[in-house]
Amino acid sequence: MNTHAQTTGLRLCGVIFAVLLSFLVNAEEVSRQEIKSLDEQVQDVKKDVLNLSAELARLEEKLLFPSNTQVSLFLSMHEGDDFRLDSVQVKLDDKVVAQHLYSFRELEALHLGGVQRLYLGNIRTGEHELVVSYAGKAPAGGEYKRSGSYRLTKEIGPKFVEIRIAGPESTEQDIQFRDW
Amino acid sequence: MRLRLFIAALWLLPLAAYASVRPHQELRDIFYGEILYHAYQDDFFQAISHLDIELGQHRGLDEPELDSFHWHRGQAEFAVGDLELYYRMHLRAGRAIETVLASNVPETERNEAAFRLARLYYRKQDYVNALHAIELIDGKIPKKIESDEQFLRAQIYVAVGKFDEAITLLKDLGYDGAYGGYVEYNLAMAYLQTAQAEKAVVTLDDLGKVTSDDEAVLALKDKGNLKLANYYLDSGDAEKAGYYFSRIRLDGPFSNKALLGAGWVEVAQKKYDRALVPWSLLHEREQTNYSVQEAMMAVPYAYSKLNVHGKAAIMYGKAMDVFAREVDRLDASIKSIREGKFLAALVSKQGEKDKNWVVNLRELPDSPETRYILDLMAAHDFQESLKNYKDLADLRQHLTIWLQNLSVYEDIIELRRQYYEPLLPGIEKQFKKLDSRMRLRIEQRDRLNERIRSLLILRRPEYLATANERALLDRLEKIRVDIEANPDAVTEETLYRLRRLRGLLDWRIKSEFDQRLTEAYKNLQDLDGVIDDLNKQYRAFVRTRQAATQSYEGYTIPIQKLRTQLTETEAKLKRIMARQGRVLEKMAINELDRRRKRLEEYQIKARFALAESYDRASKQQQKRAVEQAASAAEANVDEKVQP
Repeated sequence: MNTHAQTTGLRLCGVIFAVLLSFLVNAEEVSRQEIKSLDEQVQDVKKDVLNLSAELARLEEKLLFPSNTQVSLFLSMHEGDDFRLDSVQVKLDDKVVAQHLYSFRELEALHLGGVQRLYLGNIRTGEHELVVSYAGKAPAGGEYKRSGSYRLTKEIGPKFVEIRIAGPESTEQDIQFRDW
Repeated sequence: MRLRLFIAALWLLPLAAYASVRPHQELRDIFYGEILYHAYQDDFFQAISHLDIELGQHRGLDEPELDSFHWHRGQAEFAVGDLELYYRMHLRAGRAIETVLASNVPETERNEAAFRLARLYYRKQDYVNALHAIELIDGKIPKKIESDEQFLRAQIYVAVGKFDEAITLLKDLGYDGAYGGYVEYNLAMAYLQTAQAEKAVVTLDDLGKVTSDDEAVLALKDKGNLKLANYYLDSGDAEKAGYYFSRIRLDGPFSNKALLGAGWVEVAQKKYDRALVPWSLLHEREQTNYSVQEAMMAVPYAYSKLNVHGKAAIMYGKAMDVFAREVDRLDASIKSIREGKFLAALVSKQGEKDKNWVVNLRELPDSPETRYILDLMAAHDFQESLKNYKDLADLRQHLTIWLQNLSVYEDIIELRRQYYEPLLPGIEKQFKKLDSRMRLRIEQRDRLNERIRSLLILRRPEYLATANERALLDRLEKIRVDIEANPDAVTEETLYRLRRLRGLLDWRIKSEFDQRLTEAYKNLQDLDGVIDDLNKQYRAFVRTRQAATQSYEGYTIPIQKLRTQLTETEAKLKRIMARQGRVLEKMAINELDRRRKRLEEYQIKARFALAESYDRASKQQQKRAVEQAASAAEANVDEKVQP
């Protein structure tokens, strides 16, 4: 009788253990609901960070680059120009203000028509000398280096200058400057 | 099957991302160009952030048509939705597209927005809403999305079970367009769902013969052949199954499955020796692969069927060693994941630069064996969770840097305050003096102006008399007064001379009036020029003084507010990131655990098979020994019997 009771008890324990074990195993599974809920929370936090990014950008501009002194230099290439740009150097009033070495993705973005903000800084109103030099590989091989200068006139408002460069096989000018 | 269709569609995503952002016209706004620069590098956070700022500023303008951004505004409204979609912000992307749908836009734009919304829901596997959105399309569709719309519509129809409609659309799309390969595969799947197996077989057979240089299409071709081979294997036509297995490339992603299947085709025909050919090839491949592990059991199985029990026993033994080693590696991997090394490896910068970073994760110290979770890592849920985790890690970095920047800004503000505050009172005092002097001069100028204007209406030549003339007039007036007081003191000639002098002066003043008025007007204009310069300098000074004050005043509250928001967001982000990390760990551990259990099952099977092979091998050996002994005895007897 006792042996039978012990056996029944052991079986019951076994069943409870098995149920608990299955519960624990299930608890470790990742449900679609959990993934979805997390995804929504991630989207929510991304939205918060983007809003903060915009607010910070406004604060930064007001504090560090007020419009009366702000100058931005942008670099672009002619769409379809397959010149392999390696590096760019920008001098403003004989002082190097920007230097950049290009990664493959950055170069691809420029080839597709993207515009890179190369420099954001502050200058006084008046005339300034801008000198741009760039180097890269020509599609046919060999190094290709060019340089150009521009007289930049800074007025009360922010100044935006686009520097458009071209490779050796382009029909365009080597360096073109454009005030925006 | 839905997942397969989904994956087929995902392969085409990157092209669409660029297409939606790329300007339809020449670049008219430099800042839109900058957004493109970020978007083309898949830096969606920066692209959205810049686009949000530009759109916000543009919407706040009184005359937005004067802003160069207005040339790209329509596209920017679309692009922001698409970029958000690529940044996996589906909720916000959906809202952005719905805004376009609700606004009064031309039919083609509206239809494009509906298409994008449908695509968004489809990617989120919300097929009912995807169907609702695609059915909003009515009328003219932009040419550039015509085939995309048709393919998406077909995919949605398949997903919601409208197979016949999907078949019509897919057949109409044809096999030669941009979706070549995908159309055939999805069409075959739709045929299978509608119990049109024969048509499915024909379509897959066509797909299995396509020629292409595109690796994705070749993979799809292999997949189609594999599908057909398995179909024939299941229906007992081993010969046809073998034919389709043989069409799969030996270096493609489905080659292991093909080799394994080819072996089973031979087994089904009881050609065990021929089964050994593909299996032996598979046996030498990466030991963590599912099919290779199965081949480790299948090869000795074939040997045992060929009655080569000794060889079978040795191979089972080797398989057991491999399985034991792999179980240990899996245990170590699970342990390393539980220690957080998997998550650390996932977000390592070293990994990001490497194209095969998933495979090479295992090279990092103590990181888990990723070969076992390659399939899991390619799965949609894991990929989405992984991307979310990496995005969160990037955002956390941004927040940390921004919080540090705020402290730097406070330092800058303090330095500016220390510099400007002692200077400003002195400057202000000088400025006030200058200001009052300037006002006085401006008032004088205004009076002159008024006088000159009044002279135009009422001629008053004496007003334009020179100082010398005025002195002479005063003297003549004094003489006249003296004469009146003492008329006997002067002669008639003196009086005549006085009248003459007076007349001469009057003549000069009156006759030169016009010329003098013109000169006075010119002088006033010159004065205006000087005053303009003065005003410019004045305004520049006011601006500089204002800029100096604004460079350190009015930042305390915004910075405090931003710091609070950043700190709160950082805490929230860390909580979500920890949960997201746990989900990834759980997924990986579950997968590794599943593989471990499978290996343990193999171990048990191999143990029994090994025992059986030994048994049979020893029996075979005994039998052979007995047979040899018998033949030796027989030979002995024969020798003795011979005379």
